[in-house]
Amino acid sequence: MKIMVCPLNGPRPVMEFVYGGEVRVSPDPDTCSDAEWSAYVFNRSGSPGVKYEWWCHIASGYWFIALRDTARDIVVATYPVESVRGGLPAYDADAAAQAAGIRAQDRAS
Amino acid sequence: MYRLDGHPDEWIDRSTVLSFRFEGGEYQGFGGDTISSALAAAGVPYLARSFKYHRRRHILSFANHDSNTLFQVDGVPNVRGDVTPLHDGMRVAAINTFGGLTHDKARYLDRLARWLPVGFYYKAFHTKRLFPQWERMFRAFTGLGAVSLDAGRQTSAKRYGFSDVLVVGAGPSGLSAALAAGAAGARVTLVDEAFRLGGSGIGFHDGTHGSTRALIEAVRRTPSITVCCATVAAAYYADHWVALVDAERLTKMRAKAVVFASGVIEQPAVFRNNDLPGIMLASAAWRLVLRYRVAPGRQVVMVAANVEAYQICLDLHSQGVHVVAVVDLRSAQDGVDDAEAAACAALGISVVRGHAPYEAVAGGEGAVAALEIVPLDAAGRIDSIKRRRIECDAVLMSVGWAAAANLFLQAGGTTRFSEELQQFVPSELPAGIFACGRMNGVYDCEARVADGARAGSQAASHAGFGVASAAVVAPGARCPSHRFPIIDHPKAKNFVDFDEDLQIKDLENAAQEGFDSSELLKRYSTVGMGPSQGKHSNMNALRVLARYRGVEVERLGLTTSRPMYHPVPLKLLAGRSFNAERRTPVDAEHESSSAVWMPAGNWRRPEYYAVTGESRTQSIEAEVHAVRNSAGIIDVGTLGKIEIYGPQAGLFLDRVYAGKYADLKVGMTRYGLMLDESGVIVDDGVIARMAPEMFYFTTTTGGSATVFRELLRLNALWGLDCALINVTGHRAAFNFAGPLSRELLQPLTDVDLGDAKFPYQGVRSGRIAGVAARLLRVGFVGELGYEIHIAAGDAAYVWRALSAAGSSRGLRPFGVEAQRVLRLEKGHFIVGQDTDGLTDPFEANASWAVNMQKPFFVGQRSLKILRTRGPRQLLVGFELLDPVRMPKECHLVIERGVIAGRITSVVHSRTLNKSIGLAMLSPDLARTGGDIEIRGEHGDPLKARIVPTPFYDPRHARQRAAVAERAVAAL
Repeated sequence: MKIMVCPLNGPRPVMEFVYGGEVRVSPDPDTCSDAEWSAYVFNRSGSPGVKYEWWCHIASGYWFIALRDTARDIVVATYPVESVRGGLPAYDADAAAQAAGIRAQDRAS
Repeated sequence: MYRLDGHPDEWIDRSTVLSFRFEGGEYQGFGGDTISSALAAAGVPYLARSFKYHRRRHILSFANHDSNTLFQVDGVPNVRGDVTPLHDGMRVAAINTFGGLTHDKARYLDRLARWLPVGFYYKAFHTKRLFPQWERMFRAFTGLGAVSLDAGRQTSAKRYGFSDVLVVGAGPSGLSAALAAGAAGARVTLVDEAFRLGGSGIGFHDGTHGSTRALIEAVRRTPSITVCCATVAAAYYADHWVALVDAERLTKMRAKAVVFASGVIEQPAVFRNNDLPGIMLASAAWRLVLRYRVAPGRQVVMVAANVEAYQICLDLHSQGVHVVAVVDLRSAQDGVDDAEAAACAALGISVVRGHAPYEAVAGGEGAVAALEIVPLDAAGRIDSIKRRRIECDAVLMSVGWAAAANLFLQAGGTTRFSEELQQFVPSELPAGIFACGRMNGVYDCEARVADGARAGSQAASHAGFGVASAAVVAPGARCPSHRFPIIDHPKAKNFVDFDEDLQIKDLENAAQEGFDSSELLKRYSTVGMGPSQGKHSNMNALRVLARYRGVEVERLGLTTSRPMYHPVPLKLLAGRSFNAERRTPVDAEHESSSAVWMPAGNWRRPEYYAVTGESRTQSIEAEVHAVRNSAGIIDVGTLGKIEIYGPQAGLFLDRVYAGKYADLKVGMTRYGLMLDESGVIVDDGVIARMAPEMFYFTTTTGGSATVFRELLRLNALWGLDCALINVTGHRAAFNFAGPLSRELLQPLTDVDLGDAKFPYQGVRSGRIAGVAARLLRVGFVGELGYEIHIAAGDAAYVWRALSAAGSSRGLRPFGVEAQRVLRLEKGHFIVGQDTDGLTDPFEANASWAVNMQKPFFVGQRSLKILRTRGPRQLLVGFELLDPVRMPKECHLVIERGVIAGRITSVVHSRTLNKSIGLAMLSPDLARTGGDIEIRGEHGDPLKARIVPTPFYDPRHARQRAAVAERAVAAL
């Protein structure tokens, strides 16, 4: 089972968490068009990639933001919600790859 | 096959003699024997019948994946003979036979092979008419051991394990890796599927023997290394969670780094009749001789394509086993292994180079009696005219290896095909995954030790111990595997897959029929899908496919086996059938009142309380009657109960509920409707303001956990100045309702229940029976009533006090069924029962609970859109014109032959003497006074009339005070 590092509780098995969907910014309900609003409500991107997501540690009821590579099933980083309220940090694809830690086997031949 | 004299390294205990039965015969083996080794030592000519053609089979690999030597042992099917220890009194039988091993009635199938082509099932099963016959026939014919249908449930313990570094495989490289990681300070677990450490490092030669033995001694002296023998690392799951399987249990091992020193699996040569008893892999013979002292035969021929072949010949010779000849697929011009060949020749072993086995010839009892060999040129062509015959009773095959990379691939590692080694070797490694030894393409024994030390050091460093070794270990110069150890024969029976009896032509035919990728070939031909899961067949199948398609093996790639890659008894995986059930603090009181239970979410709740002499319906009606005429009490402790504190608590509730709460007066309650972003009703409850900065509110029973979690998320998202506490489990709640409720409750409480002091929809804090309580005056069932919230620990005491107070006045506890009748009489809808995943407040006739003037609430923007569109459907009340014939919930409303809605709730109300319900109807039909037709059970048309709700007490007079008091007076 995967391990997820909760910003509050540290590394825990992923069965202690629930997924809360991708972090998406709501359009301004007062100014957006009906079409924009329904696109926000009903459309989700299922495409694999590096995404910010809501996750909750069930036992402690603690919500946080995880940066996750859904194509490679790797949790790149996790953030307390307060730390990203000003805006999500632009993620670094190299950092994601580094977290994956994939490396070539050294060979003499 | 026969038993040799003793040897210091043997694994058997000759002082313990074990008797066992096999196929009706009486045999003896030694302590430490496996089933297969004991049968081989006893000279049993063949041990099994093959899966498809029922050919006689004996030991092939003797490496924990021998797919033919599976047995039925003391009622347990498919026991692996090559690794299962022999016990005294064991009863062993062959599987997959009709009438026993010798007289197997299905043995004629071998001669019908030409009518059983590859993909036979797909070709035979496409006619629908004949399918039942085919199915019956193949259900009888296929399958391996027999499962005992009356076998009891077997449970097995599971264990969690933790280590810094897990090393899979305890050969020279694995031992060395464990030592290096241990020396760096890591806690190491070392697992090996064999009974003892050492793997291929323990041999007859002093060179390897000495160094491996020293490594084993060093491992034993290192306290930070935990050794698990006879343990298969059967599966890799995310983040280094490896399933370790032994005879007793599953260990869920979590490591910080994993070293795969899992070695290589020897691959057979493919030639006609390569499956005859007596033909086996050289490593199988080597293990039999070294560990169990069983000689493969008295006249042994070695089919060779690597240096190990010669080394094993020298080993066998040193143990007194007569090796007749070495048939080397490589020609003398290749100039490889000359020294070893000369050493063999010097011992009188005939070394025939540049030749290939063409056909094995069966003798008595079907065992191999001779091997016909033919010249093989550098281009891989054979000359079948120049046949030579070598008499023999055993043929060993040492032509190549495949990396045991199953777990490595599961871990996300990738491989590439090394032309120099003719083997897939690790190419890319995920974080924390390391590979070493022969699996990593390093064959020379000293190099394996160095490679293990390198991987162990790097793994320890990854886990936070020591500095990673920067060493780079070169693979050996000699190629251990032949490029194409596969010899065609016009009469076929040259087996690539011994599990499923697949020949070269089967694979070529499958490719010709279009199944020419490795994945398609596997599924169509079933290659690699038998008990050994392709451990002896996938490499050769890839080679056959690569030749057919004229591409390199690299292009085709390895398939990743799913976990568990090795067969595991289901009992090790089975869980405990454990379902959590929640009980309220007054569960025992219900039990003692003869509650009949029903599940509600994960709670159990009383459906009704059984009374002797009453039917279920009578009991429910009597409970309803009590509430309407005197008083009733129901346990509503399953409701979600939440407290919210803070200056912005009111604002928070305004944003999550559709109604307005910021202006709610302290001491008052208000109904709350919760929507999702699309405007659909997801929950409801009652919100009570206890203090200017504190609210107490309830959610539905089923929604409590998810609603609370979503509220926490919204609070985190918005960052308002408030905090939420879930007190669902901390607090008990009862609804005490009925015209007598005030009169019965007042003596027990210090709260003035008078209408002036405690109006309808008020909330008060006080004491009940001396216990701190919150009282909410709600119209829950449409009577004067109080919801009493107290600490869980006080609940049973208060329940008893309330019951005692009313018992002489007709008070009854009532269950969920009576509550549903009472609530439906009032026309209340239940979220999730009368609404569904698309119902908005306009459709549910609940616009009164929505305040669109608020600046924002969840779902508001969508409601603005929905309001302009008009409803798709409407929830209305109806009464049946014939109150006896009842429809069921979800029965459809039909209008002019078209579905126009459905019944969401329906009950018979004794109070009203009517059958009433709610229905979700298309808007054009939902006119008060209109008639609808419900299609009832068996298509019965049932007439109903749409009526306004509430059905009972439409002006809600009874739940307000004055009328309720008048009702009491009238009693």
